[in-house]
Amino acid sequence: MTNKFQYFSVGLITTWLCIFGLLSFLVMVVMSFLQHDPDHIALWHFTLQNYEDLFNPIFFKIFLKSFYIAFMVTAACLLLGYPFAYIISRLPERLQNTALLLLLLPFWTSSIVRTYAMMSILKTKGLLNTALLSMGIIHEPLQLLFTNTAVGIGLIYNLLPFMILPIYVNLERFDISLIEAAKDLGAKYTTIFRKVIIPLSVPGIVGGCTLVFLPAMTLFFISDLLGGAKALLLGNLIEDQFLMANNWPRGAATSVLLTVIMAIGLLIYWFKSNKRINYEAAI
Amino acid sequence: MKRPFRSLYLALIYLFLYIPIGTLIVYSFNNAVFSMLWHGFTLNWYAQVLQDSNLWIAVWHSLYLAISATTTALFIGTLAAISLYRYQFRGKNMLQGLLFVIIITPDIVMGIALLILFSLSGLSLGFWSLYIAHVTFCIPFVVVIVYSRAKSIDPNIFAAASDLGASELQTFWHIIVPILLPALISGALLCFALSFDDIVISYFVSGPGFEILPIKIFSLARLGVNVELNALCSLLFGLTLILVCLSQWVTRQKKT
Repeated sequence: MTNKFQYFSVGLITTWLCIFGLLSFLVMVVMSFLQHDPDHIALWHFTLQNYEDLFNPIFFKIFLKSFYIAFMVTAACLLLGYPFAYIISRLPERLQNTALLLLLLPFWTSSIVRTYAMMSILKTKGLLNTALLSMGIIHEPLQLLFTNTAVGIGLIYNLLPFMILPIYVNLERFDISLIEAAKDLGAKYTTIFRKVIIPLSVPGIVGGCTLVFLPAMTLFFISDLLGGAKALLLGNLIEDQFLMANNWPRGAATSVLLTVIMAIGLLIYWFKSNKRINYEAAI
Repeated sequence: MKRPFRSLYLALIYLFLYIPIGTLIVYSFNNAVFSMLWHGFTLNWYAQVLQDSNLWIAVWHSLYLAISATTTALFIGTLAAISLYRYQFRGKNMLQGLLFVIIITPDIVMGIALLILFSLSGLSLGFWSLYIAHVTFCIPFVVVIVYSRAKSIDPNIFAAASDLGASELQTFWHIIVPILLPALISGALLCFALSFDDIVISYFVSGPGFEILPIKIFSLARLGVNVELNALCSLLFGLTLILVCLSQWVTRQKKT
């Protein structure tokens, strides 16, 4: 009986994940080496053309732009999120739970709903413009929606908790006696922050940055709704290749590249946290 | 940092998080189509939402999909978590690695990988493609949640059960499932939320024959801000609130 139960349950999940996780990924990798053909999905002909295409100036520009936006969004999330995580981690435990619940509540609802909510704030006759006009700070409505800034704000709005949570988890386990020791040894508060707290929270920071940076390059619907330019993010590029240009091999190659970037981020995290990634810490 | 400064900082971040949704909800009751000025209270937009049958088809599809995907993911994921906890087997590390990779893979990569797989295997895009995709991205979360609860089980219980002559299946139904119940409930709620809210993966693997709510909202939002959408999104946020309260209540029950 033991064996039957074990074989059944292990077999079931292994089969499912191997087909829909592993196999689908491998098929995508194979696809990225096939030749594009407008009439079929792809031609069964090995080529490196799709990867060469990615260095073509048009696409390369989108990469740089997407990297730039993702970088700025990650930096903004870190600057906004780190103090937030720090303050929360120093609250009494009861308040900590409430603070976290309040932080996560909006994020249980669909990201499309949140992005739509942002749209109605940023539009020409939206709340922000109306408020600024009535306070007399500006005299003409600002063009906010359909700009890169709007995409940045939308991304920050959607991704901030992914920065805060890993840092919070890291700081929450932080041994408070280290700070006391530093104080006893005569360190100033700024020194303690720079030399003790920040270095020890590096794993959380790297984890948070990875969790923000990747989606910031791929959440195509945010730039579709808030941005003006056509293909702004790497995600838009992939979306276009699959649904508009119908060039699946190139889209697959872009995704493979994205996966490689993810792998690099993970490796950094791995080395920074100096131990195997904790299975429970996965979420 | 001084205490008032800390509170101010927290308050500002919370404002940033809540103002957009708050505005959405307030203006879903505003009796004006375009203006941000207050033109009086109305429930018109909600009435419109309730009468829009296209919308209700999408809601029904989304619910149906979320419930089927949640049930399947819960079944597969729970069995897997229990096996991971109780048995040593070949490929265990590989399985754990695969689960971890699926959790962190960017949605868009999973979406197009599945799209390619479905197109090559001839599966037409519709309910089944969405169902498979949703089960796949839900499974790892169920495993993680159930596994971390299972770790708190005293292993002596199993020895006691088999000493008393319980079969493996009896142990499963009468011991493991009741202990894991809170984890199963929070796993189910999480899967439901993930499935009901997913946009990126669904965008690639959904077809015209089976429209689901997030995709519908996306295509409506592309046309611009409209009052009916305000009402719909407020309703969805309300639903979320209820779900979160429910899951909080479950966790509270677990502790007592």
